[in-house]
Amino acid sequence: MKVNGVQKECPANFTIAELLAQEGFAKEGVAVELNMGIVAKEAYGTTVLKEEDVVEVVSFMGGG
Amino acid sequence: MGKDVFMLGGKEFSSRFILGSGKYNVELIQAAVEQAGAQIITLAVRRANSGGEGNILDYIPKGVTLLPNTSGARNAQEAVRIARLSRELGCGDFVKIEIMRDSKYLLPDNAETVKATDILAKEGFVALPYMYPDLNTARDLVNAGAAAVMPLAAPIGSNKGLATKEFIQILIDEIELPIIVDAGIGRPSQACEVMEMGAAAVMANTAIATAGDIPQMASAFKKAIEAGREAYLSGLGRVREKGGEASSPLTGFLRD
Repeated sequence: MKVNGVQKECPANFTIAELLAQEGFAKEGVAVELNMGIVAKEAYGTTVLKEEDVVEVVSFMGGG
Repeated sequence: MGKDVFMLGGKEFSSRFILGSGKYNVELIQAAVEQAGAQIITLAVRRANSGGEGNILDYIPKGVTLLPNTSGARNAQEAVRIARLSRELGCGDFVKIEIMRDSKYLLPDNAETVKATDILAKEGFVALPYMYPDLNTARDLVNAGAAAVMPLAAPIGSNKGLATKEFIQILIDEIELPIIVDAGIGRPSQACEVMEMGAAAVMANTAIATAGDIPQMASAFKKAIEAGREAYLSGLGRVREKGGEASSPLTGFLRD
């Protein structure tokens, strides 16, 4: 799978919640998009990722 | 003077200074916001850094309204995607629509901005489109459901001041929505001038971020914006095109 543009291994039964924990993303400060669709925070623990998935994890940064 | 309230997206603000949070250390954001007296601060949405880097929201004082921008978007579709993600981040539904396909001057694409405004306003966003000051586009933005119109004064990050002054004045005179002058304002005097002209608010980032003392410049802008607003509300004195006019009595001179 691809996470923020980087190819990653996708273990079996790997959820978005597990991905966030593995990558060190704080759940509170991020939004997650899976294959261009937004994933609700409540679904992080139940959404299982697949090899071909494209995941974007975004947060706020300084900007004008 | 009565209470002067700035209404935007159904919220009441007393400050007319929208502060950007880009290009400077997050440690300085709180001091800058406080010195600016800002009640609205802009943010960008980007790929998150892994490894739990500090969350910028921890540095922004509570009660400040967040205004995420869609910077990085090259067309309406990308702006809509970024706006939806920003709302998912859970800090309200204000969005500054910023769409550029020119990377040299960073000028906004007005046509795509109208399209994105239309979609996002229908989705319930408080749509605040950043645009090149053009009256026809501004009218299209009104019809598309914008909550305000944000014309540029000069290219983003240039600090060049009111290069589009005449055209901003046209928008102020003809558009019912608040006109928030965004981008290019480099000095407090320019912020003051555009407020004297009747702008509803000023947005500034680079002028503050590249100043020698960031919080102090934020304070200088605050005062300039307040002074300009007060001057506008007072009604500026008239200009006499030719000749002078004494302010002192023309009688009782100490001479015969």
